[in-house]
Amino acid sequence: MSEDFNDNKTIQAQSSEAISGGGSGIATDADYVRPAEVADQDLYHGHSFITKWIFCQDAKVIGVQYFLLATFTGIIGLILSWLMRLQLGFPELVPFMTAEHYYQFVTMHGMIMVVYFLTALFLGGFGNYLIPLMVGARDMVFPYLNMVSFWSFFVAVAVLLASFFVPGGPTGSGWTLYPPQAILEGTPGSGWGIMLMCISLILFVAGFTMGGLNYLITVLQARTRGMTLMRMPLTVWGIFTATVLAMLAFPALLVGALMMSLDNVLGTSFFMPTILKAGEVLEYGGGSPILFQHLFWFFGHPEVYIVALPAFGIISDLISVHARKNIFGYRMMVWAIVGIGALSFFVWAHHMYVSGMNPWFGFFFATTTLIIAVPTAMKVYNWILTLWRGNIRLNTVMLWCLGFIVTFVNGGITGIFLGNVSVDVPLSDTYFVIAHFHMVMGIAPLMVIMGAVYHWFPLVAGRFLDEKLGKWHFWLTFLGAYSIYFPMHYLGFIGVPRRYFEMYDSPYVTSAVGMNEFISLAAFIVGAAQFILIYNIIKTLKTGKPAGHNPWQACSLEWLTPSVPPEHGNWGDRLPTVHRWAYDFSVPGAKEDFITQTTPPSEVAHTKVEKT
Amino acid sequence: MSDIKIEGYEFKPGFKGMAKDTSSDQTMFKGVHWGKAMMWIFLLSDTFIFSCFLISYMKGRGSTIIDWPNPSEVFGLHVFGVDVPLLLIAIMTFVLITSSGTMALAVKYGYERNKKMCGWLILATAIGGLTFVGMQAFEWGKLIHEGVRPWENPFGAPQFGSFFFMITGFHGTHVSIGVIFLFIYAYKTFAGHYDEGKRGWFTTMKGDYVEIEILGLYWHFVDLVWVFIFAFFYLW
Repeated sequence: MSEDFNDNKTIQAQSSEAISGGGSGIATDADYVRPAEVADQDLYHGHSFITKWIFCQDAKVIGVQYFLLATFTGIIGLILSWLMRLQLGFPELVPFMTAEHYYQFVTMHGMIMVVYFLTALFLGGFGNYLIPLMVGARDMVFPYLNMVSFWSFFVAVAVLLASFFVPGGPTGSGWTLYPPQAILEGTPGSGWGIMLMCISLILFVAGFTMGGLNYLITVLQARTRGMTLMRMPLTVWGIFTATVLAMLAFPALLVGALMMSLDNVLGTSFFMPTILKAGEVLEYGGGSPILFQHLFWFFGHPEVYIVALPAFGIISDLISVHARKNIFGYRMMVWAIVGIGALSFFVWAHHMYVSGMNPWFGFFFATTTLIIAVPTAMKVYNWILTLWRGNIRLNTVMLWCLGFIVTFVNGGITGIFLGNVSVDVPLSDTYFVIAHFHMVMGIAPLMVIMGAVYHWFPLVAGRFLDEKLGKWHFWLTFLGAYSIYFPMHYLGFIGVPRRYFEMYDSPYVTSAVGMNEFISLAAFIVGAAQFILIYNIIKTLKTGKPAGHNPWQACSLEWLTPSVPPEHGNWGDRLPTVHRWAYDFSVPGAKEDFITQTTPPSEVAHTKVEKT
Repeated sequence: MSDIKIEGYEFKPGFKGMAKDTSSDQTMFKGVHWGKAMMWIFLLSDTFIFSCFLISYMKGRGSTIIDWPNPSEVFGLHVFGVDVPLLLIAIMTFVLITSSGTMALAVKYGYERNKKMCGWLILATAIGGLTFVGMQAFEWGKLIHEGVRPWENPFGAPQFGSFFFMITGFHGTHVSIGVIFLFIYAYKTFAGHYDEGKRGWFTTMKGDYVEIEILGLYWHFVDLVWVFIFAFFYLW
């Protein structure tokens, strides 16, 4: 590698120009960094158990709270998926599994996993914990608001789960909640269920807005000295861009949920056309069901990237650290994240190709959809080029990273199928779609979460997770997930429709039955394998190998706090000063194979470190 | 923003300055208070909410098969034996826009540490907002009295009632929340919380006159949204 370095780009410790970046006349030596613009943050320090651990204003505690609650909700989603697979693989095996219950489980599984699990976990969990640490802030900029954000999420989850216990049960209209069927009698949970779902979503959006404002302003206005936007770890870029998307996409969900509640409770007809039911005309009339689809997917598609972008960012950091190489094409990665985020607002109607839209409209959305393949493919190439000739540590974290890349490419390719109108129409509402989106936004981000847990657990808890259990967890999940979703592509091609409670004596039976049984068995095993992680966490919290400072030899700031795990205020007496990006691994001439972000240039003047 | 001075940082004008600020460390918007930046971004998000409402309204109005009622008749007032179209709404709009003016003055006097003037102007703004909400309640009452409901409408398409009550209700909620905060801020101004930097009741952060400007941003936004609602409901 060292031969390829361009000497002209290396820093000369004597040259003041190299560091000040144009602020002429101010810089006197290479280590100079402008003084702080903003006074040190005023923090509220909790003293009692309640202010320290429950109604806590520390972003790190809030992050862990988000993480735990999202995981709890995710486990409920997991159990629901087991119940669904039980019915699909072995129909009528359990007596309580009626068609109504099946639809309710489908709906709740989808909504929980997308919104209450993945979104809350990536933005609320990782966002809260990592943003202040990675940009060198003492805390989020509005700690009180941040606390309210978590508790709004808590109430949202409580309301969502309460719908299991109301008359009629939770809504069974599918996670897309399409009207008119969502609020018409005959759909399970058409009264209370859908009402509580809408309230819960509104609460979630309100809570998320409070958190999201925190993430954005912390990144924009509260970075430490020397931390420019282009020196931030890609994790922060991913979460930041995802938050921007959420701030602009959630409004559509909020409006849709509000209008649906009014249709449901007050009998307005925003989304309700004239409906004939058992020969009788209902009171509704004149509304547009397609309007809801537009509102929903204007939220729904950016939502996919709200989940995916933090995953992209986190995986970039994990790969770089564990391949001991700088991330390939950092700036390209940043612009790809931003570009994907911007494009995601112009593709929503590709979810609606079969809604009867004008073919030209579909053509436009197919084009924008396929354009997204460009920045995403760039990212995949860059991950692979980061691994290329790297000094790879094949530990659990790296395994999850590799698993992610493969899974993401897999799901991305089927996305190109579905992005084309003419291919999508026959595949629409089949198991091919299920396989596609579970691969690309279910399993792939989940692998990132797992990798991130194994990577950052030593920071949060001060101890390593058990590697042996981790490898079992990975291989069972990875092979199991492929056993589940690969066959589903085939089921989709032979035309098995999604959301069907049972196939009965349909012509698919011969080839689909055995496969459905196999998929169900694999799903039980993969679900159970996730409890290995929970066991691993409980076990290592007390007995794990102590991690100490910066156990992975990473460069980014979160590992450089004076105490591990970091305390409230993160940095002790002095905020860190940043001199470089977060990816100076294996620099030729350096003593160790990493140079931390806080290392001043004069200390590494003899090495071939690039100016960043 | 040329009066902001930052040690060791040289501002540049125009696009180059923007690029320099963006690529610098610590802050992207130099010298901008965290809360102010937050309010701007919140308002951007809120803009999307109101846009979704108004676009849905356009779609709903465009696709209904029953005729939309004539706004100058529905919203007209019968005063002194003559029918005046849009009379109430004109007064409402005037009051709300005026309150924007008093709000702007309150911000100015706040930064001049003129506690008294600042407090009275915030109070005037709050009263303007309250008057607006009161007149809106009157208009709702009138329409309800005439038989307009969210689910039905004797003058034409039922969606008229649905969208009207929902969107003006959502906007009215914004105004009401603003009024509550205005009263609280007026109290805090008169009590001198911003002069002595008294800590907030909930947030425990030190008080500062910038808070008035932040609330002002919100208030101007609510007024601006009203202009759009006015145009879409009453003039279309």
